[in-house]
Amino acid sequence: MFDLFVLPFCIGVLALLVISVVKYWLWISKFDGRQRVVVLRNMLSWKFLPAVWEAVRESLLHWRITKHNVILGYMHRSLAFGWFLLIVVGAVQAILACPDGHPFYVAIFFNYFEPRSPKVVPFAQAPLYAALMDALLLYVLSGLFLAMFKKIWSKPLGMKKTTKHNLTDRVTKAALWSIFPLRLLAEGATSANYHNGGFLVSAVGDLFTAMGFENPVFEYQLWLFYSLALGIFFSLMPFSRYMHIFTEVFLIYFRNLGVTEGHKKTGYSMFEMSACSRCGICIDNCPINRELDISNIQGVYLLQTVRNKDLWHRAEAIANNCMVCGRCSEECPVGVDLATIRRQVRTESNRSVDNPHGYGYLAKVHPFNAIGRVAYFGGCMSRLTPGITEAMEKIFQAAGQPYWYVDKEQSICCGRPLLQQGFIRQADSLRRKNQEMFAQSGATLLVTSCPICYQSFVKEYNLNIPVMHHTEYIKSLIADGRIKVSKGAQSVTYHDPCELGRGCGIYEPPRTVLKSVATLLPIKEEAGKSLCCGFNLGNTTLGVEQQALIRNAALDNLLAPSPDVVATACPMCKKAFARADRAPVMDVAELVAKQLV
Amino acid sequence: MGAGPAGIEAAAALAASGCGVVVFEKNERPLSNITDKACLFPNFESADTVAAQLLAKLSHPNISLQCGHDVSCITSAGTDPAAGWRVDDESFDAVLLATGYTTFNAKRKEELGYGIYPGVHTSLELEQMIRNKEIRNSISNLPKRIVFLQCVGSRDEKTGNHYCSKLCCVTAVKQAIEVKKLLPSVEAYVFYMDLRMWGQHYEELYRTAQQEYGVKFVRGRISEAGGTFDGRVQIKAEDTLLGLPLRMTSDLLVLMVGMESSDGTRRLSTLCDICGDYGFAQSLDPHLRDNLTPRQGLFVAGACKRPMTLTDSVVDGRSAAFAILSAADNK
Ligand code: SF4
Ligand code: SF4
Ligand code: SF4
Repeated sequence: MFDLFVLPFCIGVLALLVISVVKYWLWISKFDGRQRVVVLRNMLSWKFLPAVWEAVRESLLHWRITKHNVILGYMHRSLAFGWFLLIVVGAVQAILACPDGHPFYVAIFFNYFEPRSPKVVPFAQAPLYAALMDALLLYVLSGLFLAMFKKIWSKPLGMKKTTKHNLTDRVTKAALWSIFPLRLLAEGATSANYHNGGFLVSAVGDLFTAMGFENPVFEYQLWLFYSLALGIFFSLMPFSRYMHIFTEVFLIYFRNLGVTEGHKKTGYSMFEMSACSRCGICIDNCPINRELDISNIQGVYLLQTVRNKDLWHRAEAIANNCMVCGRCSEECPVGVDLATIRRQVRTESNRSVDNPHGYGYLAKVHPFNAIGRVAYFGGCMSRLTPGITEAMEKIFQAAGQPYWYVDKEQSICCGRPLLQQGFIRQADSLRRKNQEMFAQSGATLLVTSCPICYQSFVKEYNLNIPVMHHTEYIKSLIADGRIKVSKGAQSVTYHDPCELGRGCGIYEPPRTVLKSVATLLPIKEEAGKSLCCGFNLGNTTLGVEQQALIRNAALDNLLAPSPDVVATACPMCKKAFARADRAPVMDVAELVAKQLV
Repeated sequence: MGAGPAGIEAAAALAASGCGVVVFEKNERPLSNITDKACLFPNFESADTVAAQLLAKLSHPNISLQCGHDVSCITSAGTDPAAGWRVDDESFDAVLLATGYTTFNAKRKEELGYGIYPGVHTSLELEQMIRNKEIRNSISNLPKRIVFLQCVGSRDEKTGNHYCSKLCCVTAVKQAIEVKKLLPSVEAYVFYMDLRMWGQHYEELYRTAQQEYGVKFVRGRISEAGGTFDGRVQIKAEDTLLGLPLRMTSDLLVLMVGMESSDGTRRLSTLCDICGDYGFAQSLDPHLRDNLTPRQGLFVAGACKRPMTLTDSVVDGRSAAFAILSAADNK
């Protein structure tokens, strides 16, 4: 059961195996200490199970892509799951048909060897298997057809802009796309000669016969081409985007074990970056693409420049031109931690910037005493929106809650704006000082008005007291009956701040609070799909006019149902919208303060 | 359109040359941007006197004034560009847009606390106090200190207004002097980016404010304002000449709000297809054809084009009348 034409395939598989093992090994060896500890500790734990389920769901069934667009999901599923089943069912078929054992490639070229080799013997369900294999091949081909269709017209598949691929990716794709049609033709030619195969293959065989190819001589060439296509695809795969197929499985496993990105690029980042299928879903809904038509900075291109050393010179500009609004990560079917990878690039390119004396003032900031009180941290941004801090003070007073307004007179930034720009050490010095002051203060709870600070306190700090955003806190005050509010006549729409919603998953508390003081109107793109206000601190590249265009789009969305007031829960969003002067803008806290009874 | 200084001056000049003129004014009264002032810079002439003189010009028999008429429709009367214009239901040979300006809504800069802290006022509100000769702090006492902040809503990238409003610098100087005249013991500070004393006698006025009235000028922006328990305003700023941050508590913080295109200017110039930067109406060119527009028979004058002082608006109105007459002659 051997023929020379199987060699390209065998060499390809071998190359793929060797290169993948080496690559993965290198990456794993570049995990940082923390990541290694997490892997070793959880490697054999039950966390394995959800990882298996997620891998099946995402790598084979492409659940998240299906949620994005049903046809696109079908396309990915038929190619991935269809091919997977072809391999599995083909292997079973080969085992059943060769009771004396067989070389591994026989399953791949089964129809070729079946009529020729005496070692392949007929078995009971053989026709059933042949039909099944043909059905699966048809399934894969339908996906392939959609993929080709998408290349011409991507809109029905839920995508406006698609990724621009590099040469390797294009060659690999050509190889991939020719595998299945070649297989069909090769099997069809065999069928014309030997009358084997299921309904599809024999139909192709009949077609050959009808076209006058009695006993086609090109059968062998077709099998050779099929093998070549497989061989080229497999050997290029580790250098192309198709590496994502296996890498995603590893990524899902590590992620389920609890591994996360760190401040610096590690081997784990390599897994994340290679798990990106370059599907380009991150492009369409990025506000920078939607409003400014800049479509070369999104996740897919960021990862491309970071993966490829030759493109590194572009990485900095790409990494900086992003608001870190998280809309792309919300859509990314692989769940790549794009924000952190972006920050890693920023850190890398900021390495030369240092100001060792810039934080001397920290020593002069005094600790405060808030024993038994709630510490209220307005945040630097709220200094620019005194309406919010005034409202919060009024609410604390109405609830009879003793509080300490931490940054009324002297304040230290929470550090997140620096962190977002990749100034890790600098952000750290602020964090350490704040953490020390909170620890000494004796406060029982930390309430903040700024989602940026909130995200910082929750994710970067290690505080010994609970932290709440003021929307959560107000919700609890109302629920506990500590403040009473009346429902006003006005209607509002609510803008989810990126940092609070997608950043920290706080969608419900502000809505609950708003419903108790006003009529909350639904809008088209909200919660996880909310649009960035454009003035997010994440971006230092866009000009004010560009930011204003992004803001206006968000406002169009918010003003569509003609609310009396646009409500938000972030001082920065509030300022962004107020500047446009298109409608009254109020923070949730202000609306509550107005409706206190 | 618009019975402000430019519109009135143009109407008067046209009427004197024998034209029939209809002046549409959306407010109940003409000259609303003058009659709310006390005195005018640089010579402290009473605003009421100037307003009365301008109003008198409207009594010419060729002029019909339609107050309370907010024009909703301006179209050319026919396909021929020389056919003239229709305004609402009347026909005219020429239309002059003199719809003027409005002031910046200070609530858009929330960090300055307008509408939140009772001690924060706009320059218009202070003008009203000066007019009533009654300057009080938020708890109705005589103020001891008053701080002016220049360029609120002008020269400000964040609010999208990159331009200089031209007259707030000298207005602050004028108001500071008036405050000192009324309350000699008050301390007056003016925070500025740079002082643009471009007009005749402005520089002298600035000098007088410092030398005779002891008004203190600090170069620097106020970054934020906060309230104190006794209703005063605490400001944070930077003195950019000393390079030092400073804090100060003041009874009053006066925001020198800039000029923006008025709603009427935005709406009508858009309707006529001549809406330019920042919603101001755009003339053909700023040098020799500043009253003309690309559309025959449509003219522009005054602060609907850009920030302009009273003096400049009057001159521009007259020049527009001349442009209208020459266009008619050519026809
Ligand atoms: S980052 Fe995510 S959404 Fe973007 S191309 Fe990669 S896998 Fe697709
Ligand atoms: S984080 Fe926001 S701005 Fe940045 S690439 Fe993603 S969607 Fe675009
Ligand atoms: S006139 Fe003076 S205060 Fe007004 S915008 Fe210009 S520089 Fe600023």
